[in-house]
Amino acid sequence: MKLLTCPVNGPRNITEFQYLGPVRAADAEQPEQLIEALFYAENPLGVMREWWRHTPSNTVLIAERHTVSDQILATYLPNRKPA
Amino acid sequence: MPFSLLKYGLRSRHVPFRDIPPTPDLKRSYDVVIIGGGGHGLAAAYYLSNVHGIRNVAVLEKGYLAGGNTARNTTTIRSNYMTEESVRFYKEGVELFETMSRDLGFNVMFSQRGQLTLAHSEATLRSFHLRAEMGKHMGTRIEVVDVQTVKELCPHLNLDLGGQHEVMGGLWHADGGTARHDAMAWGYARHAGARGGEIHQRTEVTGFEQAGDRVTHVRTNRGTIAVGQVLQAVGGLNGQVAAMAGIRLPIRCFPLQAMVTQPLKPFLDILVSSANLHTYLVQSSRGEVVIGGGSDPYQLASTRSTLDQKEHLAEGALHLFPFLHKVKLLRQWAGITDMTPDYSPIMGASPLKNYWLDCGWGTWGFKATPVAGKRMAETIATGRVPDVLKPFDLSRFDSFALLNEMGATAASH
Repeated sequence: MKLLTCPVNGPRNITEFQYLGPVRAADAEQPEQLIEALFYAENPLGVMREWWRHTPSNTVLIAERHTVSDQILATYLPNRKPA
Repeated sequence: MPFSLLKYGLRSRHVPFRDIPPTPDLKRSYDVVIIGGGGHGLAAAYYLSNVHGIRNVAVLEKGYLAGGNTARNTTTIRSNYMTEESVRFYKEGVELFETMSRDLGFNVMFSQRGQLTLAHSEATLRSFHLRAEMGKHMGTRIEVVDVQTVKELCPHLNLDLGGQHEVMGGLWHADGGTARHDAMAWGYARHAGARGGEIHQRTEVTGFEQAGDRVTHVRTNRGTIAVGQVLQAVGGLNGQVAAMAGIRLPIRCFPLQAMVTQPLKPFLDILVSSANLHTYLVQSSRGEVVIGGGSDPYQLASTRSTLDQKEHLAEGALHLFPFLHKVKLLRQWAGITDMTPDYSPIMGASPLKNYWLDCGWGTWGFKATPVAGKRMAETIATGRVPDVLKPFDLSRFDSFALLNEMGATAASH
Protein backbone atom coordinates (compact mmCIF):
# COMPACT_ATOMS: atom_id res chain seq x y z
CA MET A 1 0.00 0.00 0.00
CA LYS A 2 1.42 3.36 -1.01
CA LEU A 3 0.71 6.28 1.31
CA LEU A 4 0.12 9.91 0.53
CA THR A 5 -0.21 12.43 3.35
CA CYS A 6 -3.29 14.62 3.19
CA PRO A 7 -2.50 17.95 4.90
CA VAL A 8 -5.90 17.80 6.64
CA ASN A 9 -6.41 14.07 7.29
CA GLY A 10 -2.88 12.70 7.61
CA PRO A 11 -1.35 9.67 5.85
CA ARG A 12 -3.87 7.71 3.74
CA ASN A 13 -3.82 4.96 1.17
CA ILE A 14 -3.06 6.53 -2.21
CA THR A 15 -6.18 4.86 -3.63
CA GLU A 16 -8.18 7.46 -1.65
CA PHE A 17 -6.69 10.18 -3.84
CA GLN A 18 -7.37 11.39 -7.34
CA TYR A 19 -4.52 12.69 -9.50
CA LEU A 20 -5.37 16.02 -11.11
CA GLY A 21 -2.17 16.60 -13.08
CA PRO A 22 0.87 18.84 -12.80
CA VAL A 23 0.75 22.40 -11.47
CA ARG A 24 1.00 24.36 -14.68
CA ALA A 25 3.40 27.21 -15.28
CA ALA A 26 1.34 28.50 -18.19
CA ASP A 27 -1.81 30.51 -17.53
CA ALA A 28 -4.87 29.48 -19.58
CA GLU A 29 -6.35 32.97 -19.09
CA GLN A 30 -3.51 34.56 -21.06
CA PRO A 31 -4.21 34.20 -24.81
CA GLU A 32 -0.52 33.83 -25.69
CA GLN A 33 -0.17 31.02 -23.17
CA LEU A 34 -3.43 29.21 -23.95
CA ILE A 35 -2.01 26.49 -26.23
CA GLU A 36 0.84 25.88 -23.85
CA ALA A 37 -1.59 25.60 -20.92
CA LEU A 38 -3.90 23.24 -22.82
CA PHE A 39 -1.46 20.86 -24.47
CA TYR A 40 2.10 21.29 -23.23
CA ALA A 41 1.91 19.89 -19.72
CA GLU A 42 4.90 19.57 -17.43
CA ASN A 43 6.63 16.21 -17.83
CA PRO A 44 10.02 16.38 -16.10
CA LEU A 45 12.36 13.58 -15.10
CA GLY A 46 12.62 14.80 -11.55
CA VAL A 47 10.59 16.58 -8.90
CA MET A 48 7.20 17.75 -10.11
CA ARG A 49 4.56 19.81 -8.31
CA GLU A 50 1.13 18.35 -8.92
CA TRP A 51 -2.50 18.62 -7.92
CA TRP A 52 -4.18 15.81 -5.98
CA ARG A 53 -7.59 15.49 -4.35
CA HIS A 54 -8.38 13.46 -1.25
CA THR A 55 -11.76 12.19 -2.45
CA PRO A 56 -13.51 11.32 0.86
CA SER A 57 -12.94 14.80 2.29
CA ASN A 58 -12.71 16.69 -1.02
CA THR A 59 -9.40 18.23 0.05
CA VAL A 60 -7.43 19.57 -2.91
CA LEU A 61 -3.70 19.62 -2.24
CA ILE A 62 -0.32 19.95 -3.87
CA ALA A 63 2.26 17.17 -3.75
CA GLU A 64 5.91 17.35 -4.69
CA ARG A 65 6.84 13.99 -6.16
CA HIS A 66 9.87 12.64 -7.99
CA THR A 67 8.75 11.22 -11.34
CA VAL A 68 11.54 8.64 -11.55
CA SER A 69 11.74 7.32 -7.98
CA ASP A 70 8.01 7.93 -7.30
CA GLN A 71 9.01 9.30 -3.88
CA ILE A 72 6.61 11.88 -2.42
CA LEU A 73 8.71 14.66 -0.91
CA ALA A 74 6.03 17.00 0.48
CA THR A 75 2.30 17.62 0.50
CA TYR A 76 0.59 20.87 1.46
CA LEU A 77 -2.53 22.94 0.89
CA PRO A 78 -2.29 25.14 -2.24
CA ASN A 79 -1.72 28.44 -0.49
CA ARG A 80 0.28 27.14 2.44
CA LYS A 81 3.63 26.00 1.13
CA PRO A 82 5.86 25.19 4.11
CA ALA A 83 9.02 27.27 4.38
CA MET B 1 8.12 -20.80 -47.47
CA PRO B 2 7.45 -24.61 -47.35
CA PHE B 3 9.99 -25.29 -50.13
CA SER B 4 12.71 -23.25 -48.46
CA LEU B 5 11.92 -25.01 -45.20
CA LEU B 6 12.41 -28.38 -46.91
CA LYS B 7 15.72 -27.22 -48.39
CA TYR B 8 16.79 -25.98 -44.97
CA GLY B 9 15.84 -29.29 -43.37
CA LEU B 10 17.71 -31.44 -45.92
CA ARG B 11 20.90 -29.40 -46.03
CA SER B 12 23.58 -31.19 -44.08
CA ARG B 13 25.91 -28.28 -43.36
CA HIS B 14 23.83 -25.32 -42.29
CA VAL B 15 25.78 -22.24 -41.25
CA PRO B 16 23.80 -20.35 -38.63
CA PHE B 17 23.35 -16.68 -39.46
CA ARG B 18 23.40 -13.78 -37.08
CA ASP B 19 20.05 -11.95 -36.90
CA ILE B 20 21.33 -8.83 -35.20
CA PRO B 21 24.28 -7.18 -36.92
CA PRO B 22 27.28 -6.53 -34.65
CA THR B 23 27.90 -2.95 -33.50
CA PRO B 24 30.74 -1.45 -35.59
CA ASP B 25 32.80 1.64 -34.78
CA LEU B 26 30.93 4.89 -35.40
CA LYS B 27 31.75 6.60 -38.67
CA ARG B 28 32.34 10.35 -38.74
CA SER B 29 29.15 11.07 -40.62
CA TYR B 30 25.90 9.50 -41.80
CA ASP B 31 23.24 10.53 -44.25
CA VAL B 32 20.56 9.57 -41.74
CA VAL B 33 20.84 8.98 -38.01
CA ILE B 34 17.90 7.25 -36.39
CA ILE B 35 17.69 7.77 -32.64
CA GLY B 36 16.03 4.76 -31.06
CA GLY B 37 16.63 1.11 -31.97
CA GLY B 38 13.12 -0.07 -31.31
CA GLY B 39 10.65 -1.37 -33.88
CA HIS B 40 9.89 2.04 -35.39
CA GLY B 41 13.55 3.03 -35.79
CA LEU B 42 14.55 -0.36 -37.20
CA ALA B 43 11.60 -0.40 -39.60
CA ALA B 44 12.58 3.06 -40.84
CA ALA B 45 16.18 1.87 -41.32
CA TYR B 46 14.90 -1.15 -43.26
CA TYR B 47 12.75 0.94 -45.62
CA LEU B 48 15.47 3.58 -46.08
CA SER B 49 18.06 1.00 -47.12
CA ASN B 50 15.88 -1.55 -48.93
CA VAL B 51 13.34 0.66 -50.67
CA HIS B 52 14.91 4.10 -51.00
CA GLY B 53 18.51 3.01 -51.45
CA ILE B 54 19.81 5.20 -48.61
CA ARG B 55 22.43 2.97 -47.04
CA ASN B 56 24.57 5.31 -45.00
CA VAL B 57 22.22 4.99 -42.04
CA ALA B 58 22.99 4.56 -38.34
CA VAL B 59 20.47 3.46 -35.74
CA LEU B 60 21.54 4.58 -32.25
CA GLU B 61 20.13 2.58 -29.36
CA LYS B 62 20.82 3.56 -25.75
CA GLY B 63 20.25 0.05 -24.41
CA TYR B 64 19.92 -3.15 -26.38
CA LEU B 65 18.09 -3.71 -29.64
CA ALA B 66 14.31 -3.45 -29.31
CA GLY B 67 14.54 -3.74 -25.53
CA GLY B 68 12.21 -0.85 -24.71
CA ASN B 69 8.54 -0.65 -25.53
CA THR B 70 8.99 -2.98 -28.52
CA ALA B 71 9.68 -5.74 -26.00
CA ARG B 72 7.04 -4.57 -23.54
CA ASN B 73 3.83 -4.19 -25.53
CA THR B 74 1.09 -6.78 -25.72
CA THR B 75 1.39 -7.26 -29.52
CA THR B 76 -2.12 -6.19 -30.54
CA ILE B 77 -2.57 -5.30 -34.21
CA ARG B 78 -5.81 -3.62 -35.31
CA SER B 79 -7.27 -0.72 -37.26
CA ASN B 80 -10.62 -0.18 -35.51
CA TYR B 81 -10.18 3.52 -34.85
CA MET B 82 -12.70 6.36 -34.89
CA THR B 83 -11.40 9.05 -37.21
CA GLU B 84 -10.92 8.63 -40.95
CA GLU B 85 -7.28 9.76 -40.68
CA SER B 86 -6.40 7.11 -38.11
CA VAL B 87 -8.30 4.24 -39.80
CA ARG B 88 -6.54 4.97 -43.10
CA PHE B 89 -3.12 4.92 -41.42
CA TYR B 90 -3.61 1.83 -39.24
CA LYS B 91 -5.29 -0.11 -42.04
CA GLU B 92 -2.09 0.27 -44.05
CA GLY B 93 -0.23 -0.95 -40.95
CA VAL B 94 -2.34 -4.12 -40.68
CA GLU B 95 -1.82 -4.82 -44.40
CA LEU B 96 1.96 -4.59 -43.94
CA PHE B 97 1.76 -7.15 -41.14
CA GLU B 98 -0.16 -9.48 -43.47
CA THR B 99 2.85 -9.77 -45.79
CA MET B 100 5.64 -9.16 -43.28
CA SER B 101 6.83 -12.76 -42.82
CA ARG B 102 7.13 -13.13 -46.60
CA ASP B 103 8.69 -9.69 -47.14
CA LEU B 104 11.33 -10.24 -44.47
CA GLY B 105 11.84 -13.98 -44.99
CA PHE B 106 11.44 -14.14 -41.26
CA ASN B 107 8.52 -15.73 -39.43
CA VAL B 108 6.93 -12.99 -37.33
CA MET B 109 4.12 -15.37 -36.34
CA PHE B 110 1.39 -13.03 -37.53
CA SER B 111 -1.91 -14.46 -36.39
CA GLN B 112 -4.93 -12.62 -37.75
CA ARG B 113 -7.51 -14.06 -35.42
CA GLY B 114 -9.76 -11.04 -34.93
CA GLN B 115 -10.44 -8.70 -32.04
CA LEU B 116 -13.68 -8.51 -30.08
CA THR B 117 -14.37 -5.42 -27.97
CA LEU B 118 -17.26 -5.89 -25.55
CA ALA B 119 -20.07 -3.41 -25.02
CA HIS B 120 -21.57 -3.35 -21.54
CA SER B 121 -24.00 -0.53 -22.23
CA GLU B 122 -26.24 0.93 -24.95
CA ALA B 123 -24.01 4.00 -25.06
CA THR B 124 -20.95 1.89 -25.86
CA LEU B 125 -22.89 0.05 -28.56
CA ARG B 126 -23.78 3.37 -30.19
CA SER B 127 -20.14 4.42 -30.23
CA PHE B 128 -19.27 1.02 -31.73
CA HIS B 129 -21.73 1.63 -34.57
CA LEU B 130 -19.89 4.85 -35.30
CA ARG B 131 -16.53 3.08 -35.39
CA ALA B 132 -17.91 0.18 -37.47
CA GLU B 133 -19.41 2.50 -40.09
CA MET B 134 -16.20 4.50 -40.34
CA GLY B 135 -14.18 1.29 -40.63
CA LYS B 136 -16.45 -0.16 -43.34
CA HIS B 137 -16.32 3.12 -45.23
CA MET B 138 -12.53 2.87 -45.21
CA GLY B 139 -12.59 -0.82 -46.22
CA THR B 140 -11.64 -2.66 -43.04
CA ARG B 141 -13.45 -5.76 -41.84
CA ILE B 142 -15.42 -4.55 -38.85
CA GLU B 143 -19.00 -4.91 -37.59
CA VAL B 144 -21.20 -4.59 -34.53
CA VAL B 145 -22.33 -8.01 -33.33
CA ASP B 146 -25.08 -9.17 -30.96
CA VAL B 147 -24.76 -11.28 -27.81
CA GLN B 148 -25.39 -14.53 -29.69
CA THR B 149 -22.46 -13.83 -32.02
CA VAL B 150 -20.27 -12.85 -29.05
CA LYS B 151 -21.07 -16.25 -27.57
CA GLU B 152 -20.11 -18.02 -30.78
CA LEU B 153 -16.89 -16.05 -31.15
CA CYS B 154 -15.86 -16.60 -27.55
CA PRO B 155 -17.73 -19.55 -26.01
CA HIS B 156 -15.95 -19.41 -22.64
CA LEU B 157 -16.76 -15.78 -21.94
CA ASN B 158 -18.85 -14.87 -18.89
CA LEU B 159 -21.68 -12.77 -20.34
CA ASP B 160 -22.91 -11.74 -16.87
CA LEU B 161 -26.49 -11.49 -18.16
CA GLY B 162 -28.37 -9.05 -15.98
CA GLY B 163 -25.29 -8.33 -13.90
CA GLN B 164 -23.10 -5.33 -13.36
CA HIS B 165 -21.05 -5.81 -16.53
CA GLU B 166 -23.67 -7.46 -18.72
CA VAL B 167 -22.38 -8.06 -22.25
CA MET B 168 -24.83 -6.38 -24.63
CA GLY B 169 -22.90 -6.92 -27.83
CA GLY B 170 -19.52 -6.19 -29.26
CA LEU B 171 -17.37 -4.74 -31.98
CA TRP B 172 -15.91 -7.55 -34.09
CA HIS B 173 -12.79 -6.58 -35.99
CA ALA B 174 -11.84 -9.56 -38.14
CA ASP B 175 -8.63 -7.88 -39.36
CA GLY B 176 -7.20 -7.66 -35.83
CA GLY B 177 -4.42 -9.97 -34.70
CA THR B 178 -1.06 -10.39 -33.03
CA ALA B 179 2.54 -10.91 -34.14
CA ARG B 180 5.82 -11.78 -32.46
CA HIS B 181 7.29 -8.39 -31.53
CA ASP B 182 10.91 -9.58 -31.14
CA ALA B 183 10.87 -11.41 -34.47
CA MET B 184 9.64 -8.28 -36.21
CA ALA B 185 12.51 -6.23 -34.75
CA TRP B 186 15.11 -8.89 -35.58
CA GLY B 187 13.79 -9.22 -39.12
CA TYR B 188 14.03 -5.47 -39.73
CA ALA B 189 17.47 -5.28 -38.09
CA ARG B 190 18.83 -8.14 -40.16
CA HIS B 191 17.65 -6.69 -43.46
CA ALA B 192 18.70 -3.13 -42.61
CA GLY B 193 22.12 -4.47 -41.63
CA ALA B 194 22.46 -6.52 -44.81
CA ARG B 195 22.07 -3.35 -46.92
CA GLY B 196 24.65 -1.29 -45.09
CA GLY B 197 22.56 0.11 -42.23
CA GLU B 198 24.51 0.15 -38.97
CA ILE B 199 22.88 -0.69 -35.68
CA HIS B 200 24.75 0.75 -32.73
CA GLN B 201 23.64 -0.72 -29.42
CA ARG B 202 24.68 0.87 -26.11
CA THR B 203 24.99 4.18 -27.90
CA GLU B 204 23.25 7.00 -26.08
CA VAL B 205 22.58 10.40 -27.57
CA THR B 206 23.83 13.09 -25.18
CA GLY B 207 23.18 16.25 -27.18
CA PHE B 208 23.02 18.02 -30.53
CA GLU B 209 25.00 20.67 -32.34
CA GLN B 210 22.90 23.00 -34.44
CA ALA B 211 23.46 25.66 -37.04
CA GLY B 212 20.42 27.81 -37.69
CA ASP B 213 17.39 25.55 -38.01
CA ARG B 214 19.39 22.39 -38.75
CA VAL B 215 21.04 19.74 -36.65
CA THR B 216 24.64 19.35 -37.83
CA HIS B 217 26.03 16.87 -35.33
CA VAL B 218 24.71 14.29 -32.88
CA ARG B 219 26.77 13.85 -29.73
CA THR B 220 26.82 10.37 -28.24
CA ASN B 221 28.65 8.54 -25.47
CA ARG B 222 30.82 7.03 -28.23
CA GLY B 223 31.70 10.20 -30.08
CA THR B 224 30.18 12.93 -32.22
CA ILE B 225 28.67 12.25 -35.66
CA ALA B 226 27.95 14.66 -38.49
CA VAL B 227 24.43 14.07 -39.84
CA GLY B 228 22.39 14.79 -42.92
CA GLN B 229 19.03 14.04 -41.38
CA VAL B 230 17.80 12.80 -38.02
CA LEU B 231 14.77 10.69 -37.12
CA GLN B 232 13.72 10.55 -33.50
CA ALA B 233 11.77 7.46 -32.32
CA VAL B 234 12.61 6.82 -28.68
CA GLY B 235 9.37 5.76 -26.98
CA GLY B 236 9.11 6.93 -23.38
CA LEU B 237 12.06 9.33 -23.68
CA ASN B 238 10.74 11.32 -26.63
CA GLY B 239 10.10 14.43 -24.53
CA GLN B 240 13.64 14.43 -23.13
CA VAL B 241 15.46 13.77 -26.43
CA ALA B 242 13.40 16.39 -28.27
CA ALA B 243 14.19 18.88 -25.50
CA MET B 244 17.91 18.36 -26.18
CA ALA B 245 17.20 19.50 -29.75
CA GLY B 246 15.25 22.47 -28.40
CA ILE B 247 11.85 21.05 -29.37
CA ARG B 248 8.96 20.97 -26.92
CA LEU B 249 6.51 18.11 -27.28
CA PRO B 250 2.96 17.88 -25.88
CA ILE B 251 3.76 14.63 -24.10
CA ARG B 252 3.19 13.24 -20.61
CA CYS B 253 4.64 9.90 -19.53
CA PHE B 254 2.69 7.16 -17.79
CA PRO B 255 3.68 3.55 -17.05
CA LEU B 256 1.62 0.85 -18.73
CA GLN B 257 1.62 -2.51 -16.98
CA ALA B 258 0.81 -5.96 -18.30
CA MET B 259 1.24 -9.56 -17.22
CA VAL B 260 1.00 -13.17 -18.39
CA THR B 261 -0.27 -16.32 -16.72
CA GLN B 262 1.25 -19.76 -16.76
CA PRO B 263 0.62 -21.61 -20.06
CA LEU B 264 -2.83 -23.17 -20.45
CA LYS B 265 -4.42 -25.35 -23.09
CA PRO B 266 -5.81 -23.24 -25.94
CA PHE B 267 -9.24 -21.85 -25.03
CA LEU B 268 -9.17 -18.34 -26.48
CA ASP B 269 -8.54 -17.98 -30.20
CA ILE B 270 -9.45 -14.28 -30.53
CA LEU B 271 -8.41 -11.06 -28.80
CA VAL B 272 -10.96 -9.91 -26.22
CA SER B 273 -11.12 -6.48 -24.65
CA SER B 274 -13.55 -4.68 -22.42
CA ALA B 275 -13.52 -0.90 -22.13
CA ASN B 276 -15.65 -0.99 -18.96
CA LEU B 277 -13.31 -3.35 -17.16
CA HIS B 278 -10.17 -1.69 -18.62
CA THR B 279 -8.85 -5.15 -19.40
CA TYR B 280 -7.92 -7.07 -22.51
CA LEU B 281 -6.82 -10.66 -22.95
CA VAL B 282 -5.17 -12.73 -25.61
CA GLN B 283 -3.75 -16.23 -25.45
CA SER B 284 -0.24 -16.48 -26.84
CA SER B 285 0.93 -19.32 -29.07
CA ARG B 286 2.69 -20.72 -25.98
CA GLY B 287 -0.65 -20.87 -24.16
CA GLU B 288 0.05 -18.02 -21.75
CA VAL B 289 -2.81 -15.60 -21.24
CA VAL B 290 -1.52 -12.07 -21.82
CA ILE B 291 -3.50 -9.52 -19.78
CA GLY B 292 -3.27 -5.80 -20.38
CA GLY B 293 -5.24 -2.73 -19.43
CA GLY B 294 -5.08 1.03 -19.01
CA SER B 295 -2.07 3.06 -17.92
CA ASP B 296 -1.21 4.03 -14.36
CA PRO B 297 -3.28 6.86 -12.89
CA TYR B 298 -0.42 9.34 -12.49
CA GLN B 299 2.67 10.50 -14.39
CA LEU B 300 5.79 8.46 -13.81
CA ALA B 301 8.96 7.53 -15.70
CA SER B 302 9.74 4.28 -13.93
CA THR B 303 8.88 0.74 -14.97
CA ARG B 304 8.15 -0.49 -11.47
CA SER B 305 5.24 -2.78 -10.71
CA THR B 306 2.28 -1.91 -8.50
CA LEU B 307 -0.04 -4.29 -6.73
CA ASP B 308 -3.18 -2.25 -7.36
CA GLN B 309 -2.79 -2.33 -11.15
CA LYS B 310 -2.14 -6.08 -11.02
CA GLU B 311 -5.22 -6.60 -8.87
CA HIS B 312 -7.24 -4.48 -11.24
CA LEU B 313 -6.13 -6.50 -14.29
CA ALA B 314 -6.73 -9.78 -12.45
CA GLU B 315 -10.20 -8.62 -11.43
CA GLY B 316 -11.11 -7.77 -15.02
CA ALA B 317 -9.72 -11.06 -16.32
CA LEU B 318 -11.59 -13.06 -13.68
CA HIS B 319 -14.80 -11.26 -14.45
CA LEU B 320 -14.59 -12.22 -18.12
CA PHE B 321 -13.19 -15.72 -17.51
CA PRO B 322 -14.00 -16.81 -13.93
CA PHE B 323 -12.36 -20.22 -14.43
CA LEU B 324 -8.93 -18.51 -14.44
CA HIS B 325 -9.16 -18.01 -10.66
CA LYS B 326 -6.49 -20.55 -9.72
CA VAL B 327 -4.14 -19.78 -12.57
CA LYS B 328 -0.76 -18.43 -11.54
CA LEU B 329 0.89 -15.33 -12.90
CA LEU B 330 4.16 -16.11 -14.61
CA ARG B 331 5.62 -12.65 -15.07
CA GLN B 332 4.70 -8.98 -15.25
CA TRP B 333 6.30 -5.84 -16.64
CA ALA B 334 5.72 -2.20 -17.47
CA GLY B 335 6.70 0.19 -20.21
CA ILE B 336 6.72 3.99 -20.29
CA THR B 337 4.17 5.44 -22.67
CA ASP B 338 4.42 8.93 -24.15
CA MET B 339 0.85 10.16 -24.17
CA THR B 340 -0.32 13.08 -26.31
CA PRO B 341 -3.40 15.18 -25.46
CA ASP B 342 -5.44 13.67 -28.32
CA TYR B 343 -4.27 10.03 -27.99
CA SER B 344 -2.74 10.15 -31.45
CA PRO B 345 0.91 10.03 -32.45
CA ILE B 346 3.10 12.87 -33.69
CA MET B 347 4.75 12.10 -37.04
CA GLY B 348 6.49 14.21 -39.60
CA ALA B 349 8.24 17.57 -39.48
CA SER B 350 9.65 19.33 -36.44
CA PRO B 351 10.61 23.00 -36.07
CA LEU B 352 14.09 21.95 -37.30
CA LYS B 353 14.54 21.44 -41.06
CA ASN B 354 16.35 18.07 -40.98
CA TYR B 355 14.92 16.63 -37.77
CA TRP B 356 11.91 14.32 -38.11
CA LEU B 357 9.59 13.09 -35.38
CA ASP B 358 8.00 9.68 -34.86
CA CYS B 359 6.73 9.93 -31.30
CA GLY B 360 3.74 10.27 -28.99
CA TRP B 361 2.89 6.62 -29.50
CA GLY B 362 1.49 6.19 -26.01
CA THR B 363 -0.11 2.80 -25.63
CA TRP B 364 -0.73 2.09 -29.33
CA GLY B 365 2.68 2.04 -31.04
CA PHE B 366 3.33 -1.62 -31.83
CA LYS B 367 0.61 -2.01 -34.47
CA ALA B 368 1.99 1.00 -36.32
CA THR B 369 5.60 -0.21 -36.48
CA PRO B 370 5.74 -1.21 -40.17
CA VAL B 371 3.63 1.65 -41.50
CA ALA B 372 5.34 4.30 -39.38
CA GLY B 373 8.74 2.97 -40.50
CA LYS B 374 7.67 2.87 -44.13
CA ARG B 375 6.12 6.33 -44.18
CA MET B 376 8.82 8.02 -42.08
CA ALA B 377 11.47 6.55 -44.40
CA GLU B 378 9.52 7.94 -47.35
CA THR B 379 9.38 11.34 -45.62
CA ILE B 380 13.14 11.38 -45.03
CA ALA B 381 14.01 10.08 -48.49
CA THR B 382 11.80 12.53 -50.39
CA GLY B 383 11.86 15.42 -47.92
CA ARG B 384 8.08 15.58 -48.23
CA VAL B 385 5.50 14.43 -45.67
CA PRO B 386 3.06 12.00 -47.37
CA ASP B 387 -0.65 12.77 -47.17
CA VAL B 388 -1.36 9.83 -44.86
CA LEU B 389 0.93 11.37 -42.21
CA LYS B 390 -0.18 15.00 -42.55
CA PRO B 391 -2.98 14.81 -39.95
CA PHE B 392 -0.41 13.69 -37.35
CA ASP B 393 1.80 16.76 -37.64
CA LEU B 394 3.05 18.43 -34.47
CA SER B 395 1.52 21.72 -35.62
CA ARG B 396 -2.01 20.35 -35.14
CA PHE B 397 -1.88 21.45 -31.50
CA ASP B 398 -1.22 25.07 -32.51
CA SER B 399 -4.18 25.05 -34.90
CA PHE B 400 -6.57 23.04 -32.67
CA ALA B 401 -6.85 20.35 -35.40
CA LEU B 402 -6.76 17.50 -32.92
CA LEU B 403 -7.57 13.84 -33.68
CA ASN B 404 -9.40 12.55 -30.66
CA GLU B 405 -8.85 8.79 -30.39
CA MET B 406 -9.28 8.43 -26.65
CA GLY B 407 -12.22 6.04 -26.98
CA ALA B 408 -10.41 3.89 -29.54
CA THR B 409 -7.45 2.88 -27.39
CA ALA B 410 -7.59 -0.82 -26.49
CA ALA B 411 -8.58 0.04 -22.93
CA SER B 412 -9.56 3.67 -22.48
CA HIS B 413 -7.41 5.67 -20.12
